[in-house]
Amino acid sequence: MEHHLLKYLREEILPTTHCPGCGCGQVLNAFVNAIDTLRIDPRGIISVTGIGCSSWIPSPYFKGDTLHTTHGRAIAFATGVKVIRPDSNVVVIAGDGDLAGIGGNHLIHAARRNVGLTVYLVNNYIYGMTGGQVSPTTPFGVVTSTTPYTNAEYPLKIAELVAAAGANYVARWTTYHIRKLIASMEEALQTKGFAFIEIVSQCPVAYGRRVGLRDGVAFMEYFKENSVSVRKSKTMSEEELEGKIVVGRLARRERVEFTESLRKIIEEQRTGTGA
Amino acid sequence: MIIIDERYCKGCSICIHFCPGKALEVSKEVNSRGFYAPKVVDQAECTSCKQCELYCPDFAIFIVEDAESADG
Ligand SMILES: Cc1ncc(C[n+]2csc(CCOP(=O)(O)OP(=O)(O)O)c2C)c(N)n1
Ligand code: SF4
Ligand code: SF4
Repeated sequence: MEHHLLKYLREEILPTTHCPGCGCGQVLNAFVNAIDTLRIDPRGIISVTGIGCSSWIPSPYFKGDTLHTTHGRAIAFATGVKVIRPDSNVVVIAGDGDLAGIGGNHLIHAARRNVGLTVYLVNNYIYGMTGGQVSPTTPFGVVTSTTPYTNAEYPLKIAELVAAAGANYVARWTTYHIRKLIASMEEALQTKGFAFIEIVSQCPVAYGRRVGLRDGVAFMEYFKENSVSVRKSKTMSEEELEGKIVVGRLARRERVEFTESLRKIIEEQRTGTGA
Repeated sequence: MIIIDERYCKGCSICIHFCPGKALEVSKEVNSRGFYAPKVVDQAECTSCKQCELYCPDFAIFIVEDAESADG
C-alpha cells in the first residue's frame, strides 16, 4: 500500500537527498497536502526555486513544471513567468540565504509590486547546503562555521519586512505547527497578489549540531517552547520577545495584483482609452 | 491502520516522539538503508490522528482507514 500523496511526487527518485529529520521534507509534505486539499491540478503549478537545500523541496521531487534557477534569483524568474502566464499558479520555495540574503532585494520589490506569487521562505537560520555559514536570519550570539566566536549580527525579521513592503498575505509558522502551516499554505495559494509564508524549519546537521539541537525532534520541541502567537506578542515588550518566534498571520490586504494592473494598462493603451 | 514504508524511512523518530498514543517504537534492527525505522507496537493504540503522517519528512508513515472501521 502506498502513501496517497505519492501521486504528486517523482517516486522514482525518493527518498529525498535531505538529511534525516530535516524540515525540508516536512515542508514538501505540507505543500502537497495543501494542493491535495484544494484539489489544484499540479500541472497548473509552476514552481521556481533558487539554490540550497530548501530549493530542493519542489525540485526535483514535485511532479509539476519546475524552474531551478540561480542563487537568489528565484523571484526574478518567477515574476517573468507570472507576467507571461498570469493564469498559472507560480510558487517559489527557497531558503533564507537565497530569498532574504543574496535575493533580498528581489523579495522586497516583488512584495512592493504585489506580484501574484506564492512564496514559501524556509528559514532554517543558516546556509545549510554549503556547510553552515551565517545567514541574515541567524540568531545573535550563536556559533556557525563563519562565526566561530559567535554571531555579532542581529537577525532580520523577514516576514515583518515583507508585510511592511506591501504583500497581500504574510504569515509565519514553524514545522512544529504543521496543521496551521498547511492551512496557511492553502490561504497563500488562494491569495491574489503576493503571498508569503516564513516557515521556520530545522537544519539539524549544518546548524543544529553547533547550537545543541542535534535532531529534528529537539528542534521541534524548541519551536514549540519558543513560539508565541501574533495576538500574544502584542502584549509583550521587545525584551520579552527576544528569542521568541511570533507565529500567525501578519498581513492581509486586497491590493490589485501587479500583472492584472499591467494587463489593464496595456489594454487601455491598445484601445486608446488610457492616460 | 498504521502503514510504514521502510524504503523511505531515514530513522529520524519524529513520528515516535510526537505520537500522542503509544503506538510506535524504534525497531531493534536497521532497515535496508541502515536506519532504525519505527515499528508498530500496537495498532489498537492508534487513534488515526495522523500526526505521524503529517510530520514525516519522508512520506514513510501513513494511516489508512481499515475496512472494519469503515464498515462499522
Ligand atoms: C551566486 C552564488 N553565490 C554563492 C553560492 C553558494 N551557495 C550555494 S547554496 C548557498 C546558501 C544556501 O542557503 P539557504 O538559501 O538558506 O538554503 P539552505 O541550504 O539553508 O536550505 C550558497 C551561499 C552559489 N551557489 N551561487
Ligand atoms: S544540511 Fe541542513 S538543511 Fe540541508 S538537508 Fe541537511 S539538515 Fe536539511
Ligand atoms: S495516527 Fe496518531 S496515534 Fe496513530 S500512530 Fe500516528 S501519531 Fe500515533
